[in-house]
Amino acid sequence: MSEIKKFMYINRKAPYGTIYAWESLEVVLIGAAFEQDVSVAFVDDGVYQLCKGQDTTGLGIKNFSATYRALGDYDVNKLYVEKESLDARGLTLDDLMPLKYEDENDDYAEKDSIRVVSSKELAEIFDQQEVLFNF
Amino acid sequence: MKFAIQVNEGPYNHEASVSALNFTKAALEAGHEIFRVFFYHDGVNNGTRFTSPPQDDINIANSWSALADKHGLDLVVCVAAAQRRGIVDQGEQERQGKDGNNIAPGFRISGLGQLIEAGIQSERLVVFGD
Repeated sequence: MSEIKKFMYINRKAPYGTIYAWESLEVVLIGAAFEQDVSVAFVDDGVYQLCKGQDTTGLGIKNFSATYRALGDYDVNKLYVEKESLDARGLTLDDLMPLKYEDENDDYAEKDSIRVVSSKELAEIFDQQEVLFNF
Repeated sequence: MKFAIQVNEGPYNHEASVSALNFTKAALEAGHEIFRVFFYHDGVNNGTRFTSPPQDDINIANSWSALADKHGLDLVVCVAAAQRRGIVDQGEQERQGKDGNNIAPGFRISGLGQLIEAGIQSERLVVFGD
């Protein structure tokens, strides 16, 4: 399986309330072992998945938000967040977790994984993908 | 064309599963290849042989089994999703110490790697969900 495809995972749902976000993240983590060219998109309520300060104590269910910080170590470092979705929810980049990765092509410089893009830019990124997972 | 199918919803709450079934049938009838059907999230509930809907209603699990039997389909239920939701085959029954199993004929339980592989090996991945 040496073929490398462009994989895109699209997250559209809030982190809690349904299990889609958590089980999507499980696919991304397993998929990382297959060494594909991976991108992850966060749109609609999916942008809440990356919010800082998540606290599920009152819900009694697992807070998995720390797991997103591991993505950089799995070479999953193209995280696209749709600007319109942030705007519609009164959120900015500052409300999101500062997710980083080390760029092995740039002397392991620490760089931001999150890229805020417009709906139009995201459509162009989707258009370049070969396999799109929709969660 | 070679398709992979992902089913993200259970058999009755959402139409996604029946849509996936109909799409899979139509693709096969049109001469296309179905590399694999992967059941994820509540989609794993399509893989129990214990459903018994009213007689005038479609039995979706049986329909998948029949289609698999006719065309040699590879129906894969995600193991992690299945463990959460109580879909059990003989191997899981033994591993988890359960008093029975409920996997429907033609289905097998395996890992998420099977979904990624399906995405790599197929020309199109078609996702049916909410």
